[in-house]
Amino acid sequence: MRALMFGWEFPPHILGGLGTASYGMTKGMAKQEDMELIFVIPKPSGDEDQSFMKIIGANNTPIVWRDVAPETVKTRFEKYMDPNEYYRLRENIYADFNYMHTNDMGCIEFSGRYPQNILEETNNYSIVAGVIARAYDFDVIHAHDWLTYPAGLHAKSVSGKPVVIHVHATEFDRSRGKPNPTVYGIEKNGMDNCDHIICVSEHTRRIVIENYHQPHWKVTAVHNAVEPLSPEIEAIERISGVPEKVVTFLGRITMQKGPEFFVDAATQVIQKTDHIRFVMAGSGDMMDEMIALVADRGIAHKFHFTGFLRGKQVYELLKSSDVYVMPSVSEPFGISPLEAMQCNVPSIISYQSGCSEILTNVIKTDYWDVDSMADAIYSICTYPAMAEHLKVEGKREVDNIKWENAGLKIRKIYDSLVS
Amino acid sequence: MKNICFYFQVHQPFRLKRYRFFNIGNDHYYYDDFANEEILQQIAARSFIPANQMLLDLINQNKGKFKVAFSISGVALEQMEIYTPEVIDGFRELSKTGQVEFLTETYAHSLASLFDPEEFQVQVKQHASRIEMLFGQKPTVFRNTELIYSNDIAEAVYDLGFTKMITEGAKHVLGWKSPNYVYQAENTPKLKLLLKNSRFSDDIAYRFSNYGWSEYPLTADKYISWIAATPKEEQVINLFMNYETFGNLQPAHSGIFEFMKALPKFAAEKGIGFVTPSEALDKLKPIGTLSVPNTISWADEERDVSAWLGNELQKSALNALYEVGERVRLCTDRRLKQDWLYLQTSDHFHYMSTKHFGSGESQFSPYMSPYDAFNNYMNVLSDFIVRVKAQYPDTVGNEELNALLTTIHNQEMEIKKLQTKLKTVLSSNEEQLVEKSVKKEPVKKAPVKKNPAKKEPVKKEPVKKEPRTK
Repeated sequence: MRALMFGWEFPPHILGGLGTASYGMTKGMAKQEDMELIFVIPKPSGDEDQSFMKIIGANNTPIVWRDVAPETVKTRFEKYMDPNEYYRLRENIYADFNYMHTNDMGCIEFSGRYPQNILEETNNYSIVAGVIARAYDFDVIHAHDWLTYPAGLHAKSVSGKPVVIHVHATEFDRSRGKPNPTVYGIEKNGMDNCDHIICVSEHTRRIVIENYHQPHWKVTAVHNAVEPLSPEIEAIERISGVPEKVVTFLGRITMQKGPEFFVDAATQVIQKTDHIRFVMAGSGDMMDEMIALVADRGIAHKFHFTGFLRGKQVYELLKSSDVYVMPSVSEPFGISPLEAMQCNVPSIISYQSGCSEILTNVIKTDYWDVDSMADAIYSICTYPAMAEHLKVEGKREVDNIKWENAGLKIRKIYDSLVS
Repeated sequence: MKNICFYFQVHQPFRLKRYRFFNIGNDHYYYDDFANEEILQQIAARSFIPANQMLLDLINQNKGKFKVAFSISGVALEQMEIYTPEVIDGFRELSKTGQVEFLTETYAHSLASLFDPEEFQVQVKQHASRIEMLFGQKPTVFRNTELIYSNDIAEAVYDLGFTKMITEGAKHVLGWKSPNYVYQAENTPKLKLLLKNSRFSDDIAYRFSNYGWSEYPLTADKYISWIAATPKEEQVINLFMNYETFGNLQPAHSGIFEFMKALPKFAAEKGIGFVTPSEALDKLKPIGTLSVPNTISWADEERDVSAWLGNELQKSALNALYEVGERVRLCTDRRLKQDWLYLQTSDHFHYMSTKHFGSGESQFSPYMSPYDAFNNYMNVLSDFIVRVKAQYPDTVGNEELNALLTTIHNQEMEIKKLQTKLKTVLSSNEEQLVEKSVKKEPVKKAPVKKNPAKKEPVKKEPVKKEPRTK
């Protein structure tokens, strides 16, 4: 089974959960012996792990024929791919794209991020997909999130192979129910014209069925998993310098993540106790509002903001936390509580997050039920048995949520489409 | 002659209301009256009332040949007194027939047998006297909460003066042995045991309305023929089950009442009679000893106590609860003692079980998850502990306090003794009285001073005495 995947992010340079999920999923699927994977991303940085699959950069794929010497190709592209691949791709240019803005290699430049002209980038990505789809043999196409749906559909029209689209989030989650019509249009078009839709949770599956009007049989939920922690991260020690218990919110401070509910719960707890502190890590468009809210409630002496954290800092914070809270209003999956559990941190999550469907050794509340959230925080910080039980059982549980198993479910879907 | 021994458990816990950490220290009422009332009235209407009527009819029809036994927990009795007194009336009527035996258990349907031997004794005595008061019979057979049993518990029960007990016929304990005989406890051979026959009990309690069961539908005819087919030497078939089996766990439309009504007739045809546990234990000789070093119960496939003690949450909640046991017993506050009983009910800990995540086992739990259950219970318990500690200062250790209270107690006895002495002397000789009371006084005062913890009784003493010295 050979799959051509279109993605937008890939570790180590990631911006959100999509990259982490792409990595884990492909790695898990590569454990199947007869599985070959080609993964296309807009702009590889050259340090991606290519041990289990081939990565092709859209910005390294020519769409205009240029006569370049092998040495040039070698020096320019060696970091990213075998220079011969360049010529292979160049053979498959299918139309005259001289009107496009290309560089000296005949390639389009990509930012690989989420810039203002994101719609233009997705369109360019789809043009490149036409070349790649002609250059390689594969049995199935797999496109991750709306940015790559047009590319997936294009590859399908070129090759005639079935396309699976993977919904990691919908516009409804991102906008709390007020979708951008253009994005919605791209998503809807992708779903209407693909052969199968994979959602990261039942929660997302319901949204796809109800709000994108897809038939039930076409949509399957395959829950995400987590990669085991690396020994380097395992070795990180608690660095908290305060005697109090630390309760952490970690994520983008945006409407979708429900940060105001965390502040409300913190207010209740701080009023009653003096052994608990709160940390809100991350950044986002609601951060200033939250700082103002915390000051207004008079709890700033026990409520701290860290700003955006990267890489190791995230784990340093998790390992120094006693409770992790994710009060998301609408979370397609939400991988961060699983990461917290890997770090032995008891988690409180909202029923409105996809991961609540598969986790049992966590405390679940409705995102708006600030009272029970506060109760749960108090309980974990006050009754050692509660914290200990959630730590031990949570770790055991999360260690059994493996990408290999998710990979097998995806493989089943491939098989049904190919045969 | 083969006999069937029916025993029904009747129990309902006092469910706790949602008790937030804000309530700790402010709100000392813990119970969800609305839910408790609604649930009990529903169960009474569906099960207890029609089942009582059915049993009464069967007893009257069969003229001394149909017998059953009940164990009704103290907390259930209290709830029935409040919400469904007609159910208690029904039990009293049954009791009057003379064909119904009432067993005794721990008052609060608690796990005291595993944690607090002294509390265990207190509760058993309390329950026995309650049963005697309500039903006019002194219970002679003991059954522990959820049939929990071990060698140690057998000893404790025997020490309380019981020689008859019922428990689970757990397969891993019995091995090749049959539960259809009387056994004796290993350490205390005078304690005779009746063992639940799981197969026959569960046929009624669990499988009766199961369409997937190969023997569905179960008729009284077929059921009795199974029992009749057991080896001839096996003389007693112990069918122990929850009383709610009739009408609640097995709904009325499943035909469970009709099944029961038909049983005595078919039993009589096959020459099978009915006995109460005490009759069975009196009549039959034990055929072997039973050694149970690890605690068993009638719960789950494992027949152990993991439903209440299976995880750290449950263990820590129970430890925290029984840590204050000694203190509570020193207290005299009636409300505190009542809460102490209600909080011990085993159901609270069952709700915290994580054994059956995802399966339907937790259908009786009023909580969304075991963590909610723990959280709520611990908040209540925290408040309770604060109240207990408020009764006596925390700085005094249990032993010290106990010693002080013993001194006080002894003094009171001494005073009483002296008072009676005084009276006799008073009546005989007035002159001698003056001498004697003056002599005794310093002796009594000395220990009183050692006693800063509890002032009340100390005050009482001189008050009582002064008029006499005058």
